[in-house]
Amino acid sequence: MIYVVEQVLNGVQFGVMLFLMAAGLTLIFGIMNLINLAHGSLYMVGAYVAAASFAATGSFLLGLAAALAVAVIVGIAIEIVVFRTLYERDHLDQVLATFGLILFFNEMVRIIWGSTALYAWVPDFLSGRVEILPGIPYPVYRLAIIAVGLTVALLLYLLIVRTRIGMLIRAGASNRIMLGALGVNVRMLYTLVFALGAALAALAGVMAGPIFTVESGMGESVLILAFVVIVIGGIGSIRGAFIAGLLVGVVDAVGRAFLRPLLTVFSSSAAAAKFGPALASMLIYVLMAAVLFVRPQGLFPPRGR
Amino acid sequence: MDAKRVAAIIALALLALVPPVAMAADAPFYVGLFARIMVFAIAAVSLDLILGYGGLVSFGHAAYLGIGAYAVGILSFHGVTGGFAHFATAFFAAAAAALVIGFVSLRTSGVYFIMITLAFSQMVYFLGVSLNQYGGDDGLNIARHSNFGAALDLKDPVVFYYFVFALLLVFLFLGSRIVRSRFGVLLQGVKSNERRMIALGFPTFRYKLAAFVMAGAICGVAGALFANLTLFVSPSIMHWTRSGEILMMVILGGLGSLIGPVFGAAAYLILESVLSRLTEHWQAVLGPILILVVLFSKTGLYGLFAMGARRRG
Repeated sequence: MIYVVEQVLNGVQFGVMLFLMAAGLTLIFGIMNLINLAHGSLYMVGAYVAAASFAATGSFLLGLAAALAVAVIVGIAIEIVVFRTLYERDHLDQVLATFGLILFFNEMVRIIWGSTALYAWVPDFLSGRVEILPGIPYPVYRLAIIAVGLTVALLLYLLIVRTRIGMLIRAGASNRIMLGALGVNVRMLYTLVFALGAALAALAGVMAGPIFTVESGMGESVLILAFVVIVIGGIGSIRGAFIAGLLVGVVDAVGRAFLRPLLTVFSSSAAAAKFGPALASMLIYVLMAAVLFVRPQGLFPPRGR
Repeated sequence: MDAKRVAAIIALALLALVPPVAMAADAPFYVGLFARIMVFAIAAVSLDLILGYGGLVSFGHAAYLGIGAYAVGILSFHGVTGGFAHFATAFFAAAAAALVIGFVSLRTSGVYFIMITLAFSQMVYFLGVSLNQYGGDDGLNIARHSNFGAALDLKDPVVFYYFVFALLLVFLFLGSRIVRSRFGVLLQGVKSNERRMIALGFPTFRYKLAAFVMAGAICGVAGALFANLTLFVSPSIMHWTRSGEILMMVILGGLGSLIGPVFGAAAYLILESVLSRLTEHWQAVLGPILILVVLFSKTGLYGLFAMGARRRG
């Protein structure tokens, strides 16, 4: 029982992190119709800057602030230099140009911080464990990630549904030509959304640092999962990204923990040991294929497009 | 004869001359490099069949490369060394995988198609990682080249070179026949306006699936060649960046011509080889070059080449 709760919580924690990545991706896709493979690079930049400045200053919050600032600046820079030319291009060109960006950023990180992985600490005020239910201790840091993720999800919801900026973002998603004709500076709006996405990715990267290793190429695995999330959720839908993020996180964690014991029920333990881990790492892709087979537009396709 | 055809014939003639020139110059390294280029050219040509002519952006083409390579690796591991067995298995295993993947993926389109093909190749990748019996993450060494008898000893780099060259020619020829056939024209119709093709009464799904399976099978053969080239298979051959590289080769060469990807594969791998000798951080240079090509060239290398020839002519 303890184990089950722990695994589900791990899944939720991974899920909200995927949501932070997926929210930026889905916004950028929904509004600018742009596939951004380099989103994982912003996540990586966030993790590196936070780990390095935390080590230099000893303050986690300072590291977080630095990471967000650098990621936003880098994000705006690539938006202006590369993406403005790409908005009108087809998806293939976008995939390839951002693929080039990934190669560039992975190598730049190696040039600046070396090719060995950086170590990121959990800050003191978030270390240790706490009993969430009697007899079930759980790391504070992971609980903090869940809390931050849920808070950001709520703020994002309020931003998009309740504010003027959010109204413009929604308008841009349904008809950007009309929005431009009404006198809104669409170009500015694009840069703003891109900066928002970069900040969310960096936030996910900062929080992921102490859990995963901070290394060159760390962005790609989470990027692909974030794509799985937005495809399952329906591209362009924040709500879909949230629900699919949690779904993918929990399915992945629970699958890794329980698929092997489950298989032993049906087959020999040798076979289970052999196929359990394989099936577990394939599980979310199977989930995605199954969802798309039944609903080719994802679970929550945004209306009006 | 038009400029494009001249460019293609010159390029293939140059490829045929590589081994004697390299041997005369005492630089056998280039035989290996160009064999590698042609292996990837076959993979890129197969992708170009569905991408350039069918408009299907498959971001998981490395999966078939991996399946073909693993077919050779696993058969060798169990003591089967016959070349025909190796290549037939690679061909049909990749075709079968493409049939399943295509059947699900082709129900979607646009971004969803890009992402679902990527997801399937990730599935195959993790399957490779989990094959502990066959080396798992570390990969599998192959003891011997595929055995085609004494007359065709693939251990000899020059023989292997011409073997790859012959297969490349076969696939280019087959490809050009396919593209000009009724089937190929239908495929191009789907690319330019699928809705109209459906309205005209064509079962477009079936045509797309057939093309997808053909592309996968040819790429499986490229995978078997790759296994023979390196005598080693590991999941890294199916890493998603490899799919990106193959896509890049097609784009570098220029869409919508079958010979284009051959130029693209050559340009990409030569660039990689030159840059990696210049600096350890060659990817920091390669990345921006790729971005510039995508941003500023719409026709690819072969297009530039052929366009220049047309202007002069």
